[in-house]
Amino acid sequence: MWWYLSNGLRPGYIKATSLKNLLLEAMGVSLSKAAQWTTLSPDTRKLKLTPTNQALLKEITWSDCLSRNGRFFTQLSRLIHDAEDKKLEEIQTCLEENRDFLVKILGSRFASQLIGDDSDAESLKEDETSDVKARLVVLLQNTDEQILRNLLRDVSDAQYDPDFMKVEMDFLQFCSEGDDRLLKSVRYTSDFEYWNGCRAPPWRQAQGEICYVVIEPVDTERLSVTCCTAGVFLNGGGNPEEDGGCIQTSEIYPDLVTLMKRRSSYFALNVVREEPYPSSEERTQESVSKFHGSRTLEPRWRDLLLLTGDGEEEEKKPRRSSAAEKKRLESGTRSKMKPELLVSSSPARLTSLTKKTSSKATVAEFSSETSSENEEEEEQPERRLKSDYMSSEFLQIKKLVKYLKKGDQKVTLLILCCMLDLDLTQESCNLAIQEEGGLKVLLNLLETNDNKCKMGALKILIRMSQCIPIQRSIEDMLGVQSLVNNLDSEVTKVKALAAETIAKVGNFPRARRTVRQSGGIEKLIKLLDCFLKSQKKSDNSEDMEAARCGASALWSCSRSTKNKKAICKAGGIPLLGCLLASSLESMLIPVVGTLQECASEESSRITIQSKDIIKNLVKNLRSDSTDLQIQCSMGLFKCAEDKETRELVRKYKGLKPLVELLNNTNNKELLAAATGAIWKCSISKENVVIFQHDKVLESLSGLLTDQPEKVLINVAGALTEFLQIPANNAAIRKCDGIRPMIHLLLRTNQALLVNVTKAVGACATDNENMKIIDELDGISLLWGLLQNPNPDVQSSAAWAICSCIDNSKDAMTTVLSFQGTGVILNLLTSTNKEVLASICAVIAKLAKCKNILPTLTDYGIVSLLTKLTNTKDDKLRHHLSDAICHCCQYANNAASFGEAGAVEPLVKFMKSEDVLVRQSATMALFQLSWDPNNNLTMLSKGAVKRLIPMIGSPLEEVQEAAACCVRNIRMTAMECRTAS
Amino acid sequence: MVKQIKRFTISGKFVEMSSTNKKVIQALAETISKEVEHFNKKEAECLIWKFNTLLEAQKRHDSSVSGLDRNRFKNALHILFEMTDDFILDRVFKVFDKDSDGFVTVEEWIQGLSVLLRGTLDEQMKYCFQVYNLKDSGFITRDEIYLMLKDSFHLEHQDEEDEINELVEIVLKKMDHDKDGRLSFEDFEKSVKKEELLLEAFGSCLPNFKTKKKFEQQVLEKQQDE
Repeated sequence: MWWYLSNGLRPGYIKATSLKNLLLEAMGVSLSKAAQWTTLSPDTRKLKLTPTNQALLKEITWSDCLSRNGRFFTQLSRLIHDAEDKKLEEIQTCLEENRDFLVKILGSRFASQLIGDDSDAESLKEDETSDVKARLVVLLQNTDEQILRNLLRDVSDAQYDPDFMKVEMDFLQFCSEGDDRLLKSVRYTSDFEYWNGCRAPPWRQAQGEICYVVIEPVDTERLSVTCCTAGVFLNGGGNPEEDGGCIQTSEIYPDLVTLMKRRSSYFALNVVREEPYPSSEERTQESVSKFHGSRTLEPRWRDLLLLTGDGEEEEKKPRRSSAAEKKRLESGTRSKMKPELLVSSSPARLTSLTKKTSSKATVAEFSSETSSENEEEEEQPERRLKSDYMSSEFLQIKKLVKYLKKGDQKVTLLILCCMLDLDLTQESCNLAIQEEGGLKVLLNLLETNDNKCKMGALKILIRMSQCIPIQRSIEDMLGVQSLVNNLDSEVTKVKALAAETIAKVGNFPRARRTVRQSGGIEKLIKLLDCFLKSQKKSDNSEDMEAARCGASALWSCSRSTKNKKAICKAGGIPLLGCLLASSLESMLIPVVGTLQECASEESSRITIQSKDIIKNLVKNLRSDSTDLQIQCSMGLFKCAEDKETRELVRKYKGLKPLVELLNNTNNKELLAAATGAIWKCSISKENVVIFQHDKVLESLSGLLTDQPEKVLINVAGALTEFLQIPANNAAIRKCDGIRPMIHLLLRTNQALLVNVTKAVGACATDNENMKIIDELDGISLLWGLLQNPNPDVQSSAAWAICSCIDNSKDAMTTVLSFQGTGVILNLLTSTNKEVLASICAVIAKLAKCKNILPTLTDYGIVSLLTKLTNTKDDKLRHHLSDAICHCCQYANNAASFGEAGAVEPLVKFMKSEDVLVRQSATMALFQLSWDPNNNLTMLSKGAVKRLIPMIGSPLEEVQEAAACCVRNIRMTAMECRTAS
Repeated sequence: MVKQIKRFTISGKFVEMSSTNKKVIQALAETISKEVEHFNKKEAECLIWKFNTLLEAQKRHDSSVSGLDRNRFKNALHILFEMTDDFILDRVFKVFDKDSDGFVTVEEWIQGLSVLLRGTLDEQMKYCFQVYNLKDSGFITRDEIYLMLKDSFHLEHQDEEDEINELVEIVLKKMDHDKDGRLSFEDFEKSVKKEELLLEAFGSCLPNFKTKKKFEQQVLEKQQDE
């Protein structure tokens, strides 16, 4: 046997006879296992000429990958190339004649390694040819994987896909649960699921097998089932993952349920199944699209390899990390490599792996089974009682659904009316209806012409669809499309009921998408339009009801972003605006709700603000309905982001009612919405003044404790705005609002932290307040927040620290002595501009302190700041210039900045449009101009031209700096001239 | 008053499309529209025209009658309102034919249609109850329900009979509020008020939305040019 290999290694000896075998080796393990040997024909040695096999054989044209690996394969590939036309035939015969070629080529010891016997790997090292063999094995592995990958791709567009089997299994597992279970147990043989959803090992997947299942029916013995792309069949119970272990002992059934119905009479009698799938045509379409999708996911194969690696780690064998192994594999290191490692990703390895997990599962299964049996015996009487109680209701449902299916129009209508008496709020009841096939009939009724039956069915569906699993089922059974179609009905009542059902089903996100995709949004908006047009009619109560339901459906649909846009695009906002004039509360709630949801979208917000909508929102703040008040406040909260809206709210006297809402401290929803609206409205100073007539700041301070976070966020936001007016700083101190605010700095909610730090920062602008903050150790807390991972928290904390430093330098020094400056210097490498700007501001303040600047300099502040000078962000430029300006005032930092190259960019800052940037750059340049070298740079970069206008600055400080800077430049220039 | 109308009808029949015919019909319509609710004079006139057209066809066979006979009437309702249940249609005829003379006169026609097309819920409830009250006993009995539902299944097996009985029980359980094993008008009214769909519980005896609309368009809104 070794003869073949040794021949192969000496190019001159390669003959036609050895070619066959070389090819065989190259095809690797997968081929030997995946090739479908004909089992039915009498001549078992013939290879079936199936498309799969042909594809396999063609795959062997991958020869270039081999040719890169040494003379041996170069020769081989050349030979293959020469034999192009006869290649397929040749290989076919090869495979037929040499079914265990691996053993032939590698020797039994090596091959057994591959197949997974754990023999002593070390001994192989002694073999002088093992190095070559090892490399060969690597190649075989690679080829294997490639072939399998291609095969799996083809397999995945077969009739049944893993997803289908999963749904099937879910259903069966559902059947095996509960008191009235139809099956004792259902489980997979393997817990390991591959990326493509299959559980069968890859080489079995190549045969179209998806997973193996063990089902234990109540009335017969345990069944072992193989699920494959062609369907499901019994497999006699051997280990299906072993070679040829999968013997088909029954015919192929289309699905598990059918199989179970044939095999277990108990199951067949008791199972009534809804068809949760789209029609078979659509399913194939789906799987086709999935198939296309899977092509793009090819790289995920690597995950599989990694997974097997992980799996091994789970086995807890002492072994080097899989990444290291890989590296070794790739670099192709010499014979040190253990064959054991090489096989790590081989299918044989996986077998042992999956075997292990499955055996573990079996043990668990057994123990749980026995215990459950015991319990069963003990709990028998109790169970019977319970099921009796349940069964009366259940029998009633069963009876009703039976007649629903059987009867004519007349009976259907009667039964529908009777079904309305069922307790449709109960999930068990709804699921029973679904199980009996009632849901399907109800949805079918929506497709008929009989409007009375339709109305009956819809009335039931409205109630059933409050139950979440039913919402999902309705969508699965294409019910949403039917509902949308019924929005075009000639009967207004049907439209209304369909819309109301959509409102309920729309709770399920996928259903909302379907509504949009089947044109439901436009139709719902048409319902609003119909009502608005019908207002001249003497009796338009039906139209009004339809519009109300339409608005409810829109509300529920508007929870999806794309639907918000669709509503806006279809012209829904103005219509909703018109409906706002209605005085009917049940109409107003969904209308305002929809508007409020849509206001989250920037584009629709503009439409909402430009209409009379704000006026009506304000008006309804005084409604009797808290739900309506909540929705209106939410609407204002979202819209008042805009200045004009804030002014409109004031104009329509909406501030007062908002304040009144603060009294409803029990309803947290309402409180959150109201405080939110107050926050946004208080961005306008004029509004704050009005709010303060009612002492809102005091009320808000009272809400800083014992409130849910959604309220606290808004309260802190509002307080920040209130504190922009200096007078309010004293107010917050008087009502003792600072202490709870500081306590909130210990929270973790990031939105809350952002707002609270801002509020604390606003407080700190006042000296008296700062004393309180100091007492409560607020600066330490703020400093700690600089280490929060959220950049928004970092920057708002830094800004707050800035305000604190101004009023409490000593406190700052104390903090720094404890916590150090490392944190802020780290943040100078952040990528967030706001963080950088705020930190520069902090540094500018800190540098004023004589004790801190030396430390900063030691930490390399000069180079850190200089690195930032290439920014184009004006806010950052402003604070950066400030920081540089203040850092110059120690030792020879000014010169260092010049050497680091900070001068030239600073001169460029002088071109900025922003006057603040120009001012602070002037100050910085002035500080830098104490170093003659810097002056020369400034001179050459044209700084003088830009500094002269700054002498006319309204700020004396800037005037002086600009003038002095120009003087310094001039002095240096003159000195240079005299020197030369 | 009733007699007067009848006389007009009879005279109308003899005059047949003459110039005076129109005036006679207008006069008749005037009278009827005052008698019957829900229709104005113009509409009543249209209904009379429709009635006459239906009667015309019948008179070819038997010219001595003053109203639609059972078959003509059922046929007319079938064509106009797509009512197909023969059993129920017999009952509808009975209800229309208030004087039980075997013919539906023009006055009975219009009065009946006023309920069918424009009736309030109360009127329609009374009408439906009358239709389902097969023996005019004032109660819909268990046997009557059985009769009305028995054709709803395709009788193939013996046990279907049991199923119908079971269905009757289900219905009684729902609608028989006073638990006396039969449906009084009060039972019926209470059930319908709770769930309007039960109005036509035992068979379609009112025009549906589509046929009603069609009828309004074709008959009531049609301009009478003659």
